[in-house]
This record gives sequence, structure tokens and C-alpha cells, in this order.
Amino acid sequence: MTSALPHVDKSRVIALHGSALDRLMPMHLWVGAAGQVIGAGQTAAKMLGGDIVGRDLFDLIAIKRPTSVTTISALLALVQTRLKVLLQAHPDLSFTALAVALPAGSGVLLNLSRRANLLPILARFELTLADFAPTDLTAEMLFLLEAKTAAFNEYDKLNARLEAGRVQAETEAMTDTLTGLHNRRAMDNALARVSGEPNSMGFGVMHIDLDYFKAVNDTLGHAAGDQVLLRVADVLREETRRDDTVARVGGDEFVVLLASCNDLDTVSKIAERIITRLEEPMQFDGQSCRISASIGTTISTFYDALIPEQILSDADKATYVSKHEGRGRHTVFRPEGHPLN
Amino acid sequence: MHGLVNRSIQCFIADTYGGGAAWQAVVAHSGLPFDNFDALKAYDAALTGKMIASGSAVLNKPRAAMLEDLGTYLVTNPNMNSIRRLLRFSGATFVEFLLALEDLPDRARLALPDLDLPELELIRTSTHGFELYVRSPQTGAGSVMAGIVRAMADDYGALVVMDVLPTRPGEECIALTVHDACFAEGRAFALAGGV
Repeated sequence: MTSALPHVDKSRVIALHGSALDRLMPMHLWVGAAGQVIGAGQTAAKMLGGDIVGRDLFDLIAIKRPTSVTTISALLALVQTRLKVLLQAHPDLSFTALAVALPAGSGVLLNLSRRANLLPILARFELTLADFAPTDLTAEMLFLLEAKTAAFNEYDKLNARLEAGRVQAETEAMTDTLTGLHNRRAMDNALARVSGEPNSMGFGVMHIDLDYFKAVNDTLGHAAGDQVLLRVADVLREETRRDDTVARVGGDEFVVLLASCNDLDTVSKIAERIITRLEEPMQFDGQSCRISASIGTTISTFYDALIPEQILSDADKATYVSKHEGRGRHTVFRPEGHPLN
Repeated sequence: MHGLVNRSIQCFIADTYGGGAAWQAVVAHSGLPFDNFDALKAYDAALTGKMIASGSAVLNKPRAAMLEDLGTYLVTNPNMNSIRRLLRFSGATFVEFLLALEDLPDRARLALPDLDLPELELIRTSTHGFELYVRSPQTGAGSVMAGIVRAMADDYGALVVMDVLPTRPGEECIALTVHDACFAEGRAFALAGGV
């Protein structure tokens, strides 16, 4: 194939009309041997301040890499090397450039290109598509940047929707639907968390079993029963602190985890207050109904090893004692061998 | 069909024809199993067909006219500005835009590899005359494209007369005459404006 081509001398010079050069390389600078600009592509001229013919190249740009260059002869030594160039008037904008020597020592042709982030130069010099050669990938790059931004916005929206859904699902999975209190799963998690804390401040667990609730349900109906449960939930929320965890763990059973509170006097006062408030008569459809509560409590200081199942079971045992001894009362669990016994 | 396409149709119906109520009516009429398309999911192509048919019935608008309005909406609605901007990257003038249209499906695949746009072929029939062939299994793609091209002509400020002609199944032809490429001042377009 090559043999069919006419012989081409590598040193052959081709002539291009200035406007053709401009089309091919709108960001070129044609510089004479003395360093003065002879011609410039329209985009280069735009960025360098318009009428730049006759100006000294190094007044317009600074060549930073591979080394700082301040003379044309030094630049000629770097032909075919990738250059890093800054605009003197906009030192924050860097360009990649390539210089080639012009024939017979007549100067240098320097072509600039903006690599990484195009957006600042587009905005600062108000460039349009006409400022780039059609073969230049600038439009493609901008297209991708724009498409990427649009896609990321969609992903952000999707992410927000999924996150909202996850939070809602998680909340629902941890909440008792009727009362809005936590459920057993949430209590198990909370108890496992405080039991696992190496420097636990100590905590109390209170098991509350409503008394006479079945009678309310049987005589006044389930709607009344639900009202009572809502009232109980309100009382428990009011009598505990923000850090405590209140859960409905069965039909008429509740557990309160008293965070950082293992003082038996305090725990007992809280329990007595809950019982007193729950015993206040409630009105439902003009009828009065009364309930009470049997409460059993245990505290973390009773245990060498904190095992949630054991703690819950002991609080439950204490509740059973309250029931057995006549209801409407509070019992503290009595661990075997503990000095309190 | 790509979620982006379905999502665009949903937004078009809601934004153009009186908000959520019109969209809910289309959802009910078409028996869609949900009322919100996700732009990042893929959907059965049949859903798109049903949604377009129901849109035409509920909104009492001929299918082709509705689809052309959809095309116009994609370019002109402020919520869809990114589409207009992406189209403007095709060329500095309207004729350049036309000549680059064939590359549009490939360009779209640069960003969304699974987005199948109609195949486009442009034939220059005279100095000012063009025929744009739109090939897609989804009938009406030509009408959407006609709406897009008409709106882009406005965007560039070009005076264009056009007609959509059916040719054979799966293909439509948009015949265009560009009378004046700079008839009016187009909308401002800054390359860096969107990101």
C-alpha cells in the first residue's frame, strides 16, 4: 500500500489559510520568533482579552510545567511536550498546551486545551459551541456533565424516597399501632443495648400488668378497652422521662425501661405514682370505669451479668407477687443471696 | 420502557392538563397498578402504550396531537430544562442541530445505556428541505419527535414549516422546510448554565 503513495518528505511544509487554522484550532496562538503574537484563534483571543496581536506571549500566558519557561528559545526546546499554561489575567485557570516549531525558525504555534473542568472557562468567557471545533469533544463532555448532574439529581430524589420509606418502616416495626408506644421488639432492642454497654450507669426495668382491664373490655366493649389503653399510654409517657423506653408488650402488659435509674426508692416512687394515676376513674360514654396496675421491678445492680431475658423474667415474677398479694401494688424483685434479702 | 420516558409522560399529563386530577384519571382509566413512575426503573412497554391510549381518551385529545404536545413540553417546560439543554449541545445553529440529530440515540446512550430512543435518519432533499425518518416500534414516536423539533426551532429562533407523514409500519417521516434559520432571536443558551 505505502509503495503506491508518492514519497512524502517529512520536512515538507504545508500552507494553511489563517481562517482554516482558526477552524481547526480556535484556541491556538501563532507567535513570532521574538515572542510577539502574530495571530490567534477566536477562542484564544476571547480568553486573552481580544486584540492581542503584537503583544508579548509571556505577558499573556505563563508556562508552568514541565518547567517555568519565559523565552521562545526555551519553549522551542519543549516542543512535543505536554505543557501546563496559566492565563496571566486569570491565574486560576490552567490549560494543557502543545507547542510546535514553525518552519525556518519563524516562531511557535501553541495550541491550548482545557482539560478537567470546562465549566469555569465557559462561564467566564461566555463561550458557545461555535467557540469549539466540531471535532472537539467539548460538546460531548458538556453533554455528559449535564446528563450526569440530571441523573444524580434523580438518584438523590430516589435515595430520599427510599430513606423516608426505610425510616417509616423501621418506626412502624418498632411501634405499637394502637398506643404509639414502642412494642416488644423495640423493648428487646433497648434492653439489649443498655445491657451491653460496658459502662452502664445502671437501669431499672418495670413490668406493669393492668388490673380489672378484662372487666372493662367485657362490660363496656373493646372500644372502651382501647380508650383505657390509650389513657394508660399517656400516663406512662407523662410519668417517665424522655430517655426512658415505654413499651406495650402484650394486650394489657407494659414494660418501662428506666434509663440510668437503679435507685430503689426512686423506682418505687415512680411505680406508686403510676398506680395512683391509673386508679383515677375514667369516663367512657357517660360510664365510669376503674382499673389499677400490678407492678414488678428489678434493677441492674442485682446482677453480675446482665441478661435481658433474665431481667424481664424477674420483673415479671415480681409483678406476679403484686397480683398475688392483692393487686394495685408494687413489688421489687428479691434476688436470692442479695444483701437486700 | 425506560422509567424516564414513562415519568416524562406522567409529568407532561400532570403539568399540562390541570395537575394531579388529570393524571389520577389517566391512572384509573389505564388500570396502572401504581400512580407514580420512577425515572430510574424499567417498566413493561405495554404500560406506556396503555398510558398513552388512556391519556388520549381521558383528555379527549387525538393521539398524534397529544404526543406532539408531549414533544413540545419536553423542550419548553422549565421542569424539563435539562432535556432542552442536552439537545442544544447538538449544534450551534438549528440546521447543525438537525444534522446532528442522527447521533442523538448514541449520545443518549452515553448517559443512559439502556435508554432506547427511536432510530433517526435525516435526508437533505433541497437547500432548505429535510426529511427526518423516525423509526420505532412505538407508534407515535414521530409525533413526539415533531413536537421536539418544532420547539427546538423556536428555541434557536428558526422559521420552520413541518408535516408528519406516515410511511410504513414502524416508521414516520417529518418533512421540514427551514425558511429562515435566524427568523427570530432564539432563547439564550449558555454552555455552562445547567451544571
